[in-house]
Amino acid sequence: MSAAEDVVTEAPAVEAVPKRAMTLGTGTSLLVLAVLLIVPVFVKNFIIFQMTMLLIYGLAVLALNILTGGSGQFSLGQSAFYAVGAYTSAVLMEYFNVNYALTIPISAAVCFGFGYLFGKPALRLSGVYLALATFALATAMPQLLKLNFLEHWTGGVQGLVVTKPDAPFGLPMSQDTWLYYFSLAVVLAIYIFSVNLLRSRSGRAFMAIRDNEIAASSMGVNVALYKTLAFGVSAGITGVAGSLGAIAVQFVAPDSYTITLAISLFLGMVVGGVGWLPGSFVGAAFIIFVPNMAEGISKGLSGAVFGVLLFAVIYLVPHGARQIAIMGQQLVGRLRKN
Amino acid sequence: MELFTNQVLAGIATGAIYACMALAVVMIYQAIDHLNFAQGEMAMFSTFISWQLMQWGIPYWGAFIIALALSFVGGIAIERILFKPLAKAPVLTNVAGFIALYAIINSSAGLIWDFTIKQYPTPFGSSPFLGSQLISTHQAGMIGVTVLLLLGLYFFFQYTKIGLAMRAAASVPESARLVGINTSWMIALGWGMASAIGAIAGMLIAPVVFLEPNMMGGVLIYGFAAAVLGGLTSPFGAVVGGFLVGVFENLAGTYIPGVGNELKLPIALALIISVLVVKPAGLFGRQIVKRV
Repeated sequence: MSAAEDVVTEAPAVEAVPKRAMTLGTGTSLLVLAVLLIVPVFVKNFIIFQMTMLLIYGLAVLALNILTGGSGQFSLGQSAFYAVGAYTSAVLMEYFNVNYALTIPISAAVCFGFGYLFGKPALRLSGVYLALATFALATAMPQLLKLNFLEHWTGGVQGLVVTKPDAPFGLPMSQDTWLYYFSLAVVLAIYIFSVNLLRSRSGRAFMAIRDNEIAASSMGVNVALYKTLAFGVSAGITGVAGSLGAIAVQFVAPDSYTITLAISLFLGMVVGGVGWLPGSFVGAAFIIFVPNMAEGISKGLSGAVFGVLLFAVIYLVPHGARQIAIMGQQLVGRLRKN
Repeated sequence: MELFTNQVLAGIATGAIYACMALAVVMIYQAIDHLNFAQGEMAMFSTFISWQLMQWGIPYWGAFIIALALSFVGGIAIERILFKPLAKAPVLTNVAGFIALYAIINSSAGLIWDFTIKQYPTPFGSSPFLGSQLISTHQAGMIGVTVLLLLGLYFFFQYTKIGLAMRAAASVPESARLVGINTSWMIALGWGMASAIGAIAGMLIAPVVFLEPNMMGGVLIYGFAAAVLGGLTSPFGAVVGGFLVGVFENLAGTYIPGVGNELKLPIALALIISVLVVKPAGLFGRQIVKRV
């Protein structure tokens, strides 16, 4: 390996992850799931709403994680896919009276197609060039949604209001609680799908491309196909997150889906640990709660406090929450031996 | 035709801003192999320092030199304190560090100097340049300074020992270390120089966009685009890229129907990407040959 080769064309190097480390242990997973199921019974509606948002952002970070952590492609354009998902759901619900649950697979399909098509020209680009291309997509999206001839559907700058669904079958729970459980079910299904995807032949192909594209192609991996596929899957999952987000917030507007959202999702991925799926939800918690916390510490300097906290995290654990999980695992292992 | 010439001229004038910024971006990319997202904020902070010095009664060029020196030292300090410990961390963690730095600088500048828009003086005056209504003497001066800067950097990198050492450290760090180059300090030096170049860009841009903590947001995006278009390995390419982006942007705004100010940026970016699809290393970038 000469250093000269990784000057420009090299994709951002992502730590190789042993396959097992991608998920939590079964025990821990069940524990987390139990907590997620029980907590809403005891807390206020606002906290339930925040937990819903945590699941939704977690899902979006997970999608980025499949793309970057899995296939080694970097994207700053996730906010665009999120916006497409959100608008697909909002338009279908408000203009065509489609049931909210049905809009989710539709927006997944729409975003998959969009991501797949976007991945085609992006094939020629890697590293910073790909970052720039996806960045362009993210900055263009809010402007495109404001375009005049789309205004009839998108509501232009004003956006669209989405009706929040009631709990079905007369279940005795608030709208927020129902939406939380609904999101939890969707997120869980996609999480299991993603874990299995990364363990499958396709997942191994993603990781082979991430680690060494040339080696992967000489092993018979269809690099172009799997790279665009990774884009498609990632966009599809982000689209689902966008749909759920639109339903939870009850509102879509172009300016909610700017590049800032894409940067937050990126930070969430780094904090959670690149390539470690459960970390996505830790990262989501970081991007939802830490800015509020920073504001609480100092109103005028909230940005600086956020920056310092972010620095603290990346100094202490440069590999994100995954590092903590691995340390915890080792600790438990040592305790067992004694 | 008249309209076309005018728009091209205006494009070159704004392009000079982007060229300056792109040059700073390329400098730091050469030194550390990362795009520094906080570059614009660092430039903004330097500009505020020079403004503060002028408020205290120091003349323009005095403030200019002092701000430049402080930026140079500040750039080195940021590298030594904040980013050297991250040298071994994954690339994406470094990018997160840049975003953190961005937030810190932006918010501190807002607290120290608040978010009101401030006038910033120009040393070149703002009368029409050579009778043209489109280019003011300030913009002409800006182009002149950019070209001078580029020449200076060219001679520095081509004909001085330390310039050669920096190039070696950036392209083949292992071999550079073997011949006795202190690569770690070369990186710090790169940060210092990039920070100083950014400061020059900031001080030249401030009279046009006015001084405030968010002044560099848009400029940095164009600067990145210009750097990538010209090829991240080539300072000359960055400057050419800057002018091209400026001209692109103006022509797109004038000739493509339905493109207001809002869509100028996406269209400029789309054009750049189409160029990149054909020439993936940028217009003047070195094609990197990969060893398997």
